[in-house]
Amino acid sequence: MIRLIEKTPCEALLPVTCGALTLREIVGDRVTSVAPLKGQGAKLATALKKLGLGWPAPNTAIASATAAILWTGRDQAFLIGADPEGLDGLAALTDQSDGWARMRLEGPGAADVLARLVPLDLRGFAPGQAARSQLGHMMAILTAPEKGSFDIMVFRSMAETAVHEIHHAMKAVSARAAL
Amino acid sequence: MRIAGRGLVDRGTTVGFRFDGREYTGFQGDTLASALLAGGNRLFGRSFKYHRPRGVMTAGSEEPNALVTVGQGARAVPNVRATTQEIFQGLMAQSQNRWPSLGFDAMEVNDLLAPFFSAGFYYKTFMWPRAFWEKLYEPLIRRAAGLGALSGRHNDEPYEKAFAFCDLLVIGAGPAGLMAALTAARAGAEVILADEDARMGGRLLAETEEVGGKPGHAWVAEVLDELGALPNVRLMVRTTVTGAYDGGTFGALERVGLHLANAPADLPRECFWRIVARRAILASGAHERQIAFPLNDRPGIMTAGAVRAYLNRWGVAAGRRVAVFGNNDDAHRTARDLVAAGVEVAALIDVRDDAPQPAGYRLIAGGQVTGTRGRLGLREITVTTPSGEEKIEVDCLAVSGGWNPALHLACHMNGRPAWDEGIAAFVPKPGMVPGLTACGAAAGVMTTAGALADGRRAAEAALSDLGREAAAVDLPQAENGGARIRAFWEVTGGKGRAWLDFANDVTTKDVRLAAQENFRSVEHMKRYTTQGMAPDQGKNSNIAALAVLADATGRAIPETGTTTFRPPYVPVSIAAMGAGGQGAGFAPQRFITSHRASVERGAPMIEAGLWYRPSYFPRPGEKTWREACDREVMAVRQAVGVCDVSTLGKIDIQGRDAARFLDFVYTNTFSSLPVGRVRYGLMLREDGMVLDDGTTARLGETHFLMTTTTAAAGLVMRHLEFVHQAHCPDWDVRMISVTEQWAQFAIAGPRARDLLNSMLLAPLDEGAFPFMGCGGIEIRGVSARLFRISFSGEAGYEIAVPARFGEGLFRDLVARAESMGGAAYGMEALNVLRIEKGFITHAEIHGRTTAFDIGLQGMVSKKKDCIGKAAGERPGLSGPEREQLVGLRPVQPAKGFGAGAHLFEKDAKPVSANDQGYVTSVCWSPTLKTHLGLAFLKNGRARHGEVVRLVDHLRGTDIPCEVVNPVFFDPEGGRARD
Repeated sequence: MIRLIEKTPCEALLPVTCGALTLREIVGDRVTSVAPLKGQGAKLATALKKLGLGWPAPNTAIASATAAILWTGRDQAFLIGADPEGLDGLAALTDQSDGWARMRLEGPGAADVLARLVPLDLRGFAPGQAARSQLGHMMAILTAPEKGSFDIMVFRSMAETAVHEIHHAMKAVSARAAL
Repeated sequence: MRIAGRGLVDRGTTVGFRFDGREYTGFQGDTLASALLAGGNRLFGRSFKYHRPRGVMTAGSEEPNALVTVGQGARAVPNVRATTQEIFQGLMAQSQNRWPSLGFDAMEVNDLLAPFFSAGFYYKTFMWPRAFWEKLYEPLIRRAAGLGALSGRHNDEPYEKAFAFCDLLVIGAGPAGLMAALTAARAGAEVILADEDARMGGRLLAETEEVGGKPGHAWVAEVLDELGALPNVRLMVRTTVTGAYDGGTFGALERVGLHLANAPADLPRECFWRIVARRAILASGAHERQIAFPLNDRPGIMTAGAVRAYLNRWGVAAGRRVAVFGNNDDAHRTARDLVAAGVEVAALIDVRDDAPQPAGYRLIAGGQVTGTRGRLGLREITVTTPSGEEKIEVDCLAVSGGWNPALHLACHMNGRPAWDEGIAAFVPKPGMVPGLTACGAAAGVMTTAGALADGRRAAEAALSDLGREAAAVDLPQAENGGARIRAFWEVTGGKGRAWLDFANDVTTKDVRLAAQENFRSVEHMKRYTTQGMAPDQGKNSNIAALAVLADATGRAIPETGTTTFRPPYVPVSIAAMGAGGQGAGFAPQRFITSHRASVERGAPMIEAGLWYRPSYFPRPGEKTWREACDREVMAVRQAVGVCDVSTLGKIDIQGRDAARFLDFVYTNTFSSLPVGRVRYGLMLREDGMVLDDGTTARLGETHFLMTTTTAAAGLVMRHLEFVHQAHCPDWDVRMISVTEQWAQFAIAGPRARDLLNSMLLAPLDEGAFPFMGCGGIEIRGVSARLFRISFSGEAGYEIAVPARFGEGLFRDLVARAESMGGAAYGMEALNVLRIEKGFITHAEIHGRTTAFDIGLQGMVSKKKDCIGKAAGERPGLSGPEREQLVGLRPVQPAKGFGAGAHLFEKDAKPVSANDQGYVTSVCWSPTLKTHLGLAFLKNGRARHGEVVRLVDHLRGTDIPCEVVNPVFFDPEGGRARD
């Protein structure tokens, strides 16, 4: 029997380019929420070290060459790009791979674009940091693949609104830059 | 009239624009006001109440008179101050509040009726008959009195909101602000310097004085060059800081594209900033005030500082023959500058007997202006001295009554300023807004040298707060003479009204009348006279008005007090504040994975919270929603239907205490639920009212999956987090929303199993999936979760797949269902199906109903405690006096009715005293061929069989209905168990 057709959250929405700014979709990575079970924190941190990562402190992210784990809330982190091997029994795990639209915003002025939508001071936002905040009226998870670029996660169902709002801000920032 | 060799405008660049259809030209750097004055135009508008001809009075954002509409059609912006609007090629501006034209305004008749239009006129006159106020008087008055109007059409131009952060926000880029910014910037602090003008420099652009041995504007340019080159400085021109808020947050309005010809389509017109600053310096300068003398509102009567600004900055003489009227030395500067520029100064009238004797112009010491003439523009003034009266022909009168520090932002958190006798004005007190320090003229330091020093001092103090070392910054040489003011507010001799608030047409007479009628408090006077309530928010009139009030009530000014200032400092367009909220931008849209497939099938998508769900799926030939809905219902009852139920909340709950936690939040028991089974659960709020309901599946020994209603998904998540964190933080429970991860579809109807089996490699093992069973299956190569649950009363399943497969699965399921005589069904059919079964939604659990009310009191376990149990057992929350869930059938099946109708005893009068209950949900049941309703009826469960009177006063329905069991269809539930 033929396998069901797959669609990505931002299919037909991305990429968009505006001057030197681009917004594209990040697809394919497995995303697992990791929430340490009671008394298992130390063992969990050790198990994550084996994956080349660790347990992230609030507002931080830890990355290896192929995977990352980012703080997403009280006793909660998202493991991205790796299978949650060896974490069974140490943490409550849920598959979040399909629940989020993941986008990368790059180019000069990317921080200015997010300054239109996110109420955080992102000028110094750099790899190793993670933030949960709002993007317009949507809640979002932010990380920095490098300084000045942003990985943005919003609920999958809100992908269209998020793309629309980020694109709108990109156009406004580009128009200002062109003055 | 332009003066050769004066001003900072770019005389090489001519700019053409229109005002009231007439063509004008100005230069790059002109404001609408300066260009029109240069073109000899003194008449800018009509006053608010009396429709009196008015000209420009100031050169800044405090302008009360020269309000115009800029742009055309939907893009027109009303009430733009001509003093801040930069001209650009092709600018179209119109005057306001006049008909048919600015020169001849029919409503000027109001001015003749002025004796009747005193303060409180409307309150006294239009008292009776009461109903006439809203219907007749107010609309008439509103039409006659007024400002510019919006077009009433949707403006599609982009506006913007943004956030900014800094160590130090400097508000105002005059001498004090520039010095503060320079001091802080050199010390390495992150500085934002915001100024509302198109060009930074403040009064230094408007005066002829030197700073550091060079022209003021040259010093400004040097400082700006240095600041502009520093990476830690952000210069924000055309940006008015409009409000001071908690936590060091400031609102600011930036004009981004409103001054440009052919602004790019994507360029925001304005941006509303929220600037978060660790420290702030208020260097907003001061506003010159008028003196209240008879008929002081004619076009051509301006503040002395504005006359100077037009001359020195824009190279424009505001008149050919000018008089100056003042009570301080600063007024003399105006006369000196005019004389130096070759403009005739007829006289300087100084109220002080001991005014310094000038060279180059005539001084009338100890004189007062007691009258003016000139209908559309000043022609003549009357000057009275102890020795007699003199008429002087002038076309411009420059008035200086002293300067009021622009301390408004300092008052935004309810602080009150202090009276400074030396400058006869209020000054800010320290600490009125935490972290904000005023300096320069805003703090009452009125000399340039003083402002420069004060700016540096304020910056040094801020740097010390920020833990930074201040770098050495030298103070340039500058003017250091005082204004030697003698407080003088009002000319009491002469005939005619003396205006205080030009924008709202409030005169000294109005203030005295208020005092006479015992509105003696400054707050009462303000509201009675409307002084200070116009777009300029009293910037030009507050201090003079309270001085007159003080005089009228025999008190001193500090004793009289002042009204305070609230945000915004200047009018802020709603378009900027609400930027991003145009049209669908109002709220995020949440789309289900089957959205596109549903729209392709013609389904109208309706909002459910932020979600969009298909209402119904019309087929060719179906004319009404009801036809589609009825067909979809029968498809489910007779064959199979497919419905996207992904929007229901899904919460993954894990941990050794997960079962115990569910026992605590649900009224019924979940610890006894076997793995692979689903149970319906009821959840109460702390106060005993029903919070939500839904099913929870046990996926493993310590792993549950809760579903919530669509509307309450976020609410329930918050509730669970609260219960865990507040009541049982040491329990081993972890939860997270997985609503977005899974696309879930209901497959319901007698052929549901056949449909499912057609997609599986082997037929479903029925032993593994009994009614209320759950588990994992593989469907077309994808791992899925299957739940045998039903919200329709039919045999049914819900199947969940990772969201990436949602659209594919939906299309496949619907195609197969249709080949089996079934259909996709939407919200309408879903609603009918559940009403037929008496299943509740938030129409019934609306926050005021208990488990008892909905007939589920048996679900509240007696063996354990749960959230809301104790409160739910309070007297009055159960028993025959409660309105209880019942079914309603109209005695005549074809008679429909609406939700919201009320129930009465059969022969009772339908008035609220006899109210017995209300209808929550209604439908036409194609299954039972009758209208049905769910309702809450007093003691309803004991009244099955009784006929009640259903009355809907709103829709005009009045029909008899039989009270019945709310489960209308298949009350034994055999069909679902099958």
